[in-house]
Amino acid sequence: MSNEILWFVIVVTVFAVYAILDGFIFGAGIIYPFVARTDAERELVLKAIGPVWKGNEVWLVAGGGLLFLAFPKAFAAGFSGFYLALNLVLWSLILRGMSIALRAQLHHSLWRDFWDAIFAAASLLLAVVFGAALGNIIRGVPLTSDGQFFAALWTTFTPGPQPGILDWFTILMGVLTVAIFTVHGANYLIVKTDEAIHNRASRIADVGVRSVILLAMVAIPTVPSVQPFLWHRYDAHPVGLVLPLTAVVALITALYGRRRRWDGAVFFSWILFILGTLGSAAWGLFPNLLIATEDPTYSLTIYNSAASAYGLRVGLVWFSIGISLVIAYTVWVYLSFRGKVERVLFEEGYE
Amino acid sequence: MTSALFYDRLQFAVTATFHYLFPQLTMGLAALLLYLKSRAYWSHDAHYDEAAHFWTKIFALSFAFGVVTGIPLEFQFGMNWARFSTFAGGVIGQTLAMEGVFAFFLESTFLGVLLFGKKRLGPFVHWIAAVMLFLGSWLSGLFILATNSWMQHPVAYAVDDDGAVHVTSLWGLLTNPWLVWQFTHTMTAAVVTGSFVMAAVGAYYLLSGVHVDFAKTFLRTGVVAAAIASFLLLFPTGHHAALQVFEHQPIKGAAFEGHFYTESGADLLIFGQPNMDTLTIDNPLVAPQMLSFIIHKHFDAEIKGLTDFPREDWPDTMPLLYYTYHIMVGLGSIFIPLMLTAVVLLWRGRLFQARWMLWTIMLMVPFPYIATTAGWMTAELGRQPWLVYGLYRTADGNSPLVGSGNVLFSLLGFLGLYLLLGLLFLFLFFQIVSRGPGAPDGPHFVSRRMA
Repeated sequence: MSNEILWFVIVVTVFAVYAILDGFIFGAGIIYPFVARTDAERELVLKAIGPVWKGNEVWLVAGGGLLFLAFPKAFAAGFSGFYLALNLVLWSLILRGMSIALRAQLHHSLWRDFWDAIFAAASLLLAVVFGAALGNIIRGVPLTSDGQFFAALWTTFTPGPQPGILDWFTILMGVLTVAIFTVHGANYLIVKTDEAIHNRASRIADVGVRSVILLAMVAIPTVPSVQPFLWHRYDAHPVGLVLPLTAVVALITALYGRRRRWDGAVFFSWILFILGTLGSAAWGLFPNLLIATEDPTYSLTIYNSAASAYGLRVGLVWFSIGISLVIAYTVWVYLSFRGKVERVLFEEGYE
Repeated sequence: MTSALFYDRLQFAVTATFHYLFPQLTMGLAALLLYLKSRAYWSHDAHYDEAAHFWTKIFALSFAFGVVTGIPLEFQFGMNWARFSTFAGGVIGQTLAMEGVFAFFLESTFLGVLLFGKKRLGPFVHWIAAVMLFLGSWLSGLFILATNSWMQHPVAYAVDDDGAVHVTSLWGLLTNPWLVWQFTHTMTAAVVTGSFVMAAVGAYYLLSGVHVDFAKTFLRTGVVAAAIASFLLLFPTGHHAALQVFEHQPIKGAAFEGHFYTESGADLLIFGQPNMDTLTIDNPLVAPQMLSFIIHKHFDAEIKGLTDFPREDWPDTMPLLYYTYHIMVGLGSIFIPLMLTAVVLLWRGRLFQARWMLWTIMLMVPFPYIATTAGWMTAELGRQPWLVYGLYRTADGNSPLVGSGNVLFSLLGFLGLYLLLGLLFLFLFFQIVSRGPGAPDGPHFVSRRMA
């Protein structure tokens, strides 16, 4: 396997881990006004995510850095092309982080109501934009011959040679992502809480899973018309079908586990479902990083946008060491803080 | 002045300057926290544990602001500087990715452990968490500064056929000679900020007559650390940082010293305003021949002036660069005698009664921030008109398809958001300080019963 392929796998994996780790925080934020009604309940939800949200956000920084390292041309083209959408992401991430960190600092109902609303709204917006971003990557972007593009926020709301960031397909992907993260966040709170929040989150998860199935059944059949490349790729390399199959099996397991109240198993099945879904998209896009909508020869692939051979090789060496350390202490921290939040001895509120 | 390039530069300047207000405090406090935690662990003294816990809360507040304002910087490399990222990604992609993987994860994970894990994990693991927090925050500084050092003094690279550069030796990139003095100077400055803040909070408590025991610990720790760090800031780190500028970036050196004409026995300019029409200094106040002496250890040595270099290679904001450099050096020169006096008073047992000194220490707190910001402006304005010194011009680096209207849109958004963030930080900082150390955790400002 060439180093370009290895780096493709690494970058996709790091972004997928980010989607999983920050995904449940987005989900918890989206359902926050509904699952947690009193101030004490809201504190509990925030305590469930307080110790982990900053560490989770680092995966986004790492993903951005690794994309920059391995495929600088794709990093430059993608980040400048999605300029407007990424500014919305940055501002929402700032507000989301502030809302988690600052709410507990004052015991004033207006202060807390304000940050509660910000937390929910920023989480929802981030889920929509990240989903739409994936939709853009699947659909393709209007790359020119010099390997750059600039996408308007919207044009005619239809996929085509000059699409906007928002069209009916990417909005559909955004809504689907909201549903997937909603279930993910609900699953996390089911594991982490007892009683009222646990029960409300269970009901949301039940409805959420059905919405995900419904939305996926609408969205997936549109993909061949929006970007035929993905279909050809699965035609040519059907072994990749194991990825969508994994997603389907994980989805069924999650459905079954919900009925049996295997909360932990459901949470992990849903993680597998998200991994399977993102893996399916990655398999379909490979070896493209950004597909050009106007002329396929302008597409940025892992080969024409990769860094130097030495850079990829030395990067692999230090990355293997670094990520092993990260995984080791991250797992250790999660295990140290496992259990329902009520029973975990906190010395203070989440800061 | 309303081109996309101008707004791209302004936005990076605004977001980087604002961001760095937070890491300079956390990197400085990380070192002081490690000291407090170590004393608590080895002497089993609960007083130091509570002192460390108080500063961990301030650290966490500053860190949260640092995290959310740091992400826009990494993203802006791609968003606003696409041509530069395409050109230099093969080099600086390495150090930026290493910062995420080796440093940022460590720092954020172990901050969580330090905040939430004392009862659950025991004192030894809690002390280890303080070590890891220090390591993570200083490594983070190292990798970011390795990136900036390469932009100041490019090493270990080769140019590809398509004009982009790639790294030829990761070791060479990380052992860039420029990095030695840039790293030590920057980290010492962070310790100055952290220790000034710690001393100022101590002075505030002592003047107010509250938390007296903690106030004395904060003052002792802060004043001693500040005196040592202020001195190291001037010598050897600042001195050698300036020497390498004169050796490798003579235009930058001439510009920040306000030195227009090549001469032997050059004077050191202490005060005055650059006049860009006549290329002279108005109202000059100089130390005769001192510039030659400082740079070459010889009073008659020749120092090249700006006019010896083509005008298009001059930093395009020469007067601003001149002022930021003089503000940095001027403030640094005030810090040393001030903190040495405080240490002498401490040694003679008179610091805690010397109200004039406590007032001074308390009111000095904005100045390390101003000095550090001015220092970074010196480094970065002085790098102009180059993005990578001598190799790649700033004017060639921005994103070709992101128009000035779009950049102004995002710049205004950041200005508004950062104004709000700045006010929130100050408000919450004063909340934590007025709650004080040793107090039960949780908010103390209760307006009415919550539902």
